[in-house]
Amino acid sequence: MESVEHIDASLRDIEGATSLEALDAVRVALLGKNGIITAALKALGQLQGDERKTRGAEVNRAKERLMDAIAARKHALEQAELNHRLASERIDVTLPGRDGEYGGIHPITRALERIADIFGRLGYQRADGPEIEDDWHNFEALNFPPHHPARAMHDTFYFGDGRLLRTHTSPVQIRSMQGRQPPIRIIAPGKVYRSDSDQTHSPMFHQIEGLLVDETSSFADLKGTLSEFVRAFFERDFEMRFRPSYFPFTEPSAEVDIRWDAEDGSTRWLEVLGCGMVHPTVLANCGIDPERYTGFAFGLGVERFAMLRYGVSDLRAFFENDLRFLRQFA
Amino acid sequence: MKFSENWLRELVDVSADRAALVHALTMSGLEVEEVTPLGESLAGVVVAQIVAAEKHPEADRLQVCRVDAGQGEPVQIVCGAPNARVGIKIPLATVGTTLPGGISIGAAKLRGVESAGMLCSAKELGIDADASGLLELPLDAPVGQPLADYLGLPDASIELKITPNRPDCLGLFGLAHDVAALFGSRVKGEEIAEAPVTATATRGVRLEAGADAPRYLGRVIEGLDATAPTPFWMAERLRRSGLRPISAVVDVTNYVMMELGQPLHAFDNDTLSGDIVVRHATAGEPLVLLDGNEAKLDASFVVIADVARPLAVAGVMGGNDSRVTDATRNVFLEAAHFAPSAIMGRARKLGLHTDASHRFERGVDPNLPRRAIERATTLLLQIAGGNAGPITTAERAEDLRAHQPVVLRRTRLARVLGIVVDDAEVSRIFAALGMAVTATADGWQVVPPSSRFDIEREEDLIEEVARIHGYERIPTHLPAGEIALAADPEGRLHEMALRDQLAARGYFEAVTLSFVSADLLRSWGMDQAWVPLANPLSADLAVMRTSLLPGLIEALRHNRARQQDRIRLFEVARSFHATGEAPDEVGRVAMVACGSALPEQWAEPTRTFDFYDLKGDVDALIAHTGEAGRWTVDAEGLPSWLHPGRAARVLRDGQPVGFLGALHPALAKALDLAADVHVAELALEPVLARRLPQASRVARFPAVRRDIAVELPEEISWASVEATVRQALGEVLKDVRLFDRYAGKGIDEGRKSLAMGLILQDASRTLTDDDADNCVANAVAALEKTCKAKLRG
Repeated sequence: MESVEHIDASLRDIEGATSLEALDAVRVALLGKNGIITAALKALGQLQGDERKTRGAEVNRAKERLMDAIAARKHALEQAELNHRLASERIDVTLPGRDGEYGGIHPITRALERIADIFGRLGYQRADGPEIEDDWHNFEALNFPPHHPARAMHDTFYFGDGRLLRTHTSPVQIRSMQGRQPPIRIIAPGKVYRSDSDQTHSPMFHQIEGLLVDETSSFADLKGTLSEFVRAFFERDFEMRFRPSYFPFTEPSAEVDIRWDAEDGSTRWLEVLGCGMVHPTVLANCGIDPERYTGFAFGLGVERFAMLRYGVSDLRAFFENDLRFLRQFA
Repeated sequence: MKFSENWLRELVDVSADRAALVHALTMSGLEVEEVTPLGESLAGVVVAQIVAAEKHPEADRLQVCRVDAGQGEPVQIVCGAPNARVGIKIPLATVGTTLPGGISIGAAKLRGVESAGMLCSAKELGIDADASGLLELPLDAPVGQPLADYLGLPDASIELKITPNRPDCLGLFGLAHDVAALFGSRVKGEEIAEAPVTATATRGVRLEAGADAPRYLGRVIEGLDATAPTPFWMAERLRRSGLRPISAVVDVTNYVMMELGQPLHAFDNDTLSGDIVVRHATAGEPLVLLDGNEAKLDASFVVIADVARPLAVAGVMGGNDSRVTDATRNVFLEAAHFAPSAIMGRARKLGLHTDASHRFERGVDPNLPRRAIERATTLLLQIAGGNAGPITTAERAEDLRAHQPVVLRRTRLARVLGIVVDDAEVSRIFAALGMAVTATADGWQVVPPSSRFDIEREEDLIEEVARIHGYERIPTHLPAGEIALAADPEGRLHEMALRDQLAARGYFEAVTLSFVSADLLRSWGMDQAWVPLANPLSADLAVMRTSLLPGLIEALRHNRARQQDRIRLFEVARSFHATGEAPDEVGRVAMVACGSALPEQWAEPTRTFDFYDLKGDVDALIAHTGEAGRWTVDAEGLPSWLHPGRAARVLRDGQPVGFLGALHPALAKALDLAADVHVAELALEPVLARRLPQASRVARFPAVRRDIAVELPEEISWASVEATVRQALGEVLKDVRLFDRYAGKGIDEGRKSLAMGLILQDASRTLTDDDADNCVANAVAALEKTCKAKLRG
């Protein structure tokens, strides 16, 4: 066994092992209890002096070579086995994921929340009120006298008992100011109703009302606030204009237009907001001293903002709830 | 209000071009809605006269005309217009002209006959929609004059959206004053001459409507020709102002209304008897209006009457019996002032909206009637001839209150606008708007003109300064004021969190209308506590919904009809319920689902959405509140629209807050839906109420699990099994997990097997096997006793 040939033969056996089991059999035959190397080591006991030393060194060298070879072969076999397993476990990762369930938020909600959040960051607190309102909150407290022609601008749904469906979110201004003193910053989103239905009018739609009352606010603050808001909502700059208008509950009043690029490349002024300084009569109606406090209010149509932001061309699509439409906002 | 641009420019000098004028109007609060250019590029079109006409030899419908265009020899034109005839004056587009529509006129042969130009209709010239025939010009139109010069073209019809506070701009002179203020110009030709009085006839006027009708001027004009044609220039101006020319008398009153803003009315004087009486109507008084309809009068209306009967509804519309006809020879002309409060809402009450009511309910200058009646008389005498009698004036001076002075403080102006406007500019603006302005130590004292009804307090003056000075000159900055930190209670979930969760579970949010048809609610058996609209748009939108589900199911049906089989929709909105007092508005979240449980896919077997899928979705919402323990379901008090065996009532702290389940098969069939539609609706507030977590120490000792299977009668609910086990084991039981439910082979008919894992844990020590065995024994004993259960081997 001590011959080089014998070791070489053993090394060939190791290399030739094609499985971990075969390799282990070779190892036992060489290094096991009755293995050749074990026997050779045992035989050293019968030798003496230098011969024993020389012979011992030889056998140990042979043992080390064989052990290294076995370890190397074992590693190689394990690696091959792992590779084989990995290859056999390969899957098609392009198959769709299991379940694949998804839904989405309605574009009106999406725009409405975005707008309310922007004002929330400016310290405006959410407020709400009933959709079935009384005449006082919807009109009179807002400085619309009975039969006033300004009421004709609101096609109102009535219930026949003096109650009506709110025609704007402005009554929330009144409810928010009653029994409270400034500083007030509120943002009031909600459903509103007008008895008008055609391609560009829905009898139910959504508005957001904003109100700020404090000791310093001015028309310049109103302009600044709304300019910032429009920029924040659309994430771009617009040419904007504030143009005089009339609402009974604000004075001075304004409508806000933005310069909109149409798809055909033309540009036009598009009305997006109504606003103004809160009318002193309205403040007084709510128990707030109009000499000490000033404020501004604004109102916007959520559908208009959603249409512009998401490229919706037909108002009615919002209320059809067609999944093929809704999926585009998932 | 629509008006002719050239007409306005005749009343005020403005060098600005059309675009600048339109911009200035819009930016001063007189929003321009539409500009229609009229008679652009009419170079080459001249006034001409047909001097001869004969039939075209080859075509029945064509005529060969010889037309005098003032250039020596008449030219030959082939023309197909039905009204082409000898003698009329018409527009001729000469050779070389390009008309507004883009038609180029060249010398041509029509069916073999030479034609050197084209005779035109109003439409071909771009000045009116009328294409029925040639535009016939007055016979005194000078032949050869360029048509544009003759018609005062080019011009534009400008349509303004006049807000209700500015009735003074519903007449051109009022508008001219604003334009003058904007451009620093002056209004021209406001002085109106008195018409000569050449007759003596008068009619008395009695004012008996108090402050509602404080001024009434009237006069008789005798012997006029009601059939006289309206002059071409007047008809053109009316047309360009959106008014259809009708007859000389009507056109004159309309013209003066457009010019001054004062509505007028003309009666056939021969139909009147005795004095004019301006009084309140009596209920049920008969009066047929000009539109042929009977007015339903009551004491809120002011009528113009004579001693015998009502003649007209004041400020709204005249009566049919006293109207001016072609046969009228004598008219009684009215120019009156009515208080806005006396007219507001009255036309609407009659289902009407007239030019007169539109102006009177907003406010007409009480000083206008005299000017208006003189102006109208002058025009009528010119056009229709006749002799005017003296004006009868009836007035209630005490009810014609002059405007009070209004004070504007310099500091307030700066505070509200956020800009300091020069004193001189402020004074200039007020003066330019026709206000009497006096400087005071603190600012200004201003008396508005009688035409303005919207200047009563300081803010009204601030608005005027801002408007004329220009909103664009006010700077922009962010408010510097105090901010109160908004409350955001952690004990209430944001609605968005709930929406996001449903979206993550596959639901799409829908937005449906708050009103539905009564029939739809009835078909659902929801016939209680309706809040119906008094004036619905249609029967389909007549009742406020008492549940979101009927509308949401309609949305589901819409999608079903469009090849969508697997549908998940939800909505967060309010329902409305009649109660004794104000109607209740209840926020709700509703869900509807149908189709397969999972999207069609390769990895999982196909299965139809069922009750437990929906319950899982509802449970997920409840889990979000962190208080699942307060929620239970039972099968009590189910509404008729749910499947009685596959639906549940949802309770929180024992209070019902909603339902879930399969739609009742009968309703599903009535709605033409398959039977697999499931619905849920919960009150919103309970689902949003969230527990504020209070942490306890995590248990240090390991949990032990013991599985048991019991057999028990089918009708024993899982809820009672779970409650029994929980009650038997108390604190040590951390969880019960139902992992199998079986009925069928090996189990007696009417019984089922439930297999559950008991998770046991003690806070103070590790449980021994004996402890766990005792727990199992206790649980089984309790189940045997309470639930007629048997332990399965």
